[in-house]
Amino acid sequence: MGFVDYFISALFLQAGYNSALVAIGAGLLGLSAGSAGAFIFLRKRALVSDAISHATLPGVGLAFIIMVAFGSDGRWLPGLILGSAISSAIGLLMVEWITRKTRLTEDAAIGAVLSVFFGFGIVLLTVIQTMSSGRQAGLENFLLGSTAGMLISEATTIAIAGALAAAFVFLLRRPMTLVAFDPEYAATTGVNVRNIDLAMMGLALIVTVIGLKIVGLILIVALLIIPPVAARFWTNQVGKMIGIAAVIGGLSGYIGAVLSAAEASLPTGPIIVLVAFGFFLISALFSPLRGGLASALRHQRFQRRVHRRQGLLSLARREPIYDGLTIRILRRAGMIRADGVATARGRIAAEKAARDEARWAMARRMLPDDSAVERYDGLTPIERMMTPDQIAEIDRMILSAQNAQAPQGATT
Amino acid sequence: MSSAKLVAESGKILDVAAKDAPLTVRGLTVSYGNKPAVFSVDASIPAGSMTAIIGPNGAGKSTFLKGTLGVVPRLSGEVRIFGKLFEDARDRVAYVPQRASVDWDFPARVIDVVLMGLYGSVGLFRLWRARHREQAMDCLKRVGMADFADRQIGQLSGGQQQRVFLARALAQNAEFYLLDEPFAGVDAATERAIVSVLKELKAEGRTVVCVHHDLSTVAEYFDRVLLINVRRIAEGPVDTTFTAENLQETYGGRLAATHIDELHLA
Repeated sequence: MGFVDYFISALFLQAGYNSALVAIGAGLLGLSAGSAGAFIFLRKRALVSDAISHATLPGVGLAFIIMVAFGSDGRWLPGLILGSAISSAIGLLMVEWITRKTRLTEDAAIGAVLSVFFGFGIVLLTVIQTMSSGRQAGLENFLLGSTAGMLISEATTIAIAGALAAAFVFLLRRPMTLVAFDPEYAATTGVNVRNIDLAMMGLALIVTVIGLKIVGLILIVALLIIPPVAARFWTNQVGKMIGIAAVIGGLSGYIGAVLSAAEASLPTGPIIVLVAFGFFLISALFSPLRGGLASALRHQRFQRRVHRRQGLLSLARREPIYDGLTIRILRRAGMIRADGVATARGRIAAEKAARDEARWAMARRMLPDDSAVERYDGLTPIERMMTPDQIAEIDRMILSAQNAQAPQGATT
Repeated sequence: MSSAKLVAESGKILDVAAKDAPLTVRGLTVSYGNKPAVFSVDASIPAGSMTAIIGPNGAGKSTFLKGTLGVVPRLSGEVRIFGKLFEDARDRVAYVPQRASVDWDFPARVIDVVLMGLYGSVGLFRLWRARHREQAMDCLKRVGMADFADRQIGQLSGGQQQRVFLARALAQNAEFYLLDEPFAGVDAATERAIVSVLKELKAEGRTVVCVHHDLSTVAEYFDRVLLINVRRIAEGPVDTTFTAENLQETYGGRLAATHIDELHLA
């Protein structure tokens, strides 16, 4: 069976019970990573989660050594997960403690904790290599993740823990939103900011330790951060952003696990991260809300509307137009002839623009606090933002202002 | 209200009327590192008053506010809100932080921010209902921002952001409002909108405290002042306390004498 065939059958869970379970486990892991990561991203603490993940390594090594010392199989996953959770929790508390008790900033604390823990972990792995039972331990797979030879019980553990973490994010979404947006205000409403911060990082920690086997500790931060960053392009609402991040994370985990299972030499973690990056790229370019293409188009359209308006106002005031783009836009719209003189259509449009401009000017004077005046972008016709009654009133004011000036004009 | 005065000597019990005052502060000290930003400040804010906290930049005005609400840790001092610890009275208090203290590119619409003011009453876990949304819309109407409910908050002007923050505090339906520089860098329309809302609050018998920096509007907007420059300089009604002498003491050489003359003080 070729790679593509296998990939497609695996994608629809037709490639055997084991790989289906691994794919589902990776999907649920991605789901929890995306949703928990959303708050890490909004709280601007991506690097803290990187410190957490690197701080897992000594725990993995020590747990292995302890389990072997007690005569059991050192590779038992729940034992390794527990060890990694303890050591990364110590790492997290150390970052917190250094930031709070010394004058060092958080980034310095992160750098110190991350490198010291990781270095210690590598030393332990090297020691384990020299142990008789350590040669085939495969602990180095925890660096970059591997689903090859994964047990069904392991996949089930990961799937259940992932689902639980996602549920926990849903429950805590409101206090976490408040703390991420405005921690000072949150504190006055009775939210314990420090505990919520710890819960946020605790969720990242859970995702990290259950993701060790599949994604590996070096790249898990990517699965936490890339989905929410991609999701941010699609929405301006925190609730929707979490949902989209969860979906992107879930799909990345699922597709990445299937891809790496289809070709056993592909490392799982990096493939999952690359799939997530694909989602990011699509979001950054093509999202209609904040994507690059859409905002470039919107900007260009806005620029054209500005030029058109300026051109029409120049026509109304019988001023010459010099700007090349303005001339092109008016020409294309049939407002002016090649020699720059307004067509009949152009004169009507110019008159309308001038009237609109005068009405807005009067509206600004009459109703400075009106929300339509406040929302005015300099281009939108007044009919679309004010009621006919309001406009009639504005016209009456314009008329009486003109009449007030009439005595001077009457002599002509 | 004549009995509502604070006994100066520390250790003595406040008398009854002052005991349930919206805010009673004694010896509040807050420091960043070992440098006090606020040093042993006493204050007593009577119910239904509108107080401006005034002082030069770096005088600890905002820190005083945050210290009373426990947003920053207190080094020493006692704070009573309606005669209770803040923890036991927080549902009667609403705080409006400085606009610049948050990232306005946060994924939220105007209505979402106002709904945050209802977390306290709705609870952190229950779902929103139509009546919560109506409540939030009413608060937006009061600050003239109802038409902006669905806007992303990053698209607002500074003044509009400030009004959204005020609307969020209104949603809390508190008895005591503490605002940190609500008029800093806002347009004239916003300033009018905020002042009229604050005066409404006062008319409803609620208490308002603002950190304020524009000396020329103090007498027009407020009825009491608290002058702070790390230490408390003076506190009392505008008529008797907002004097050239006190201002000179608060601002030191930083406030030119001509500047004080322009204020037309009593």
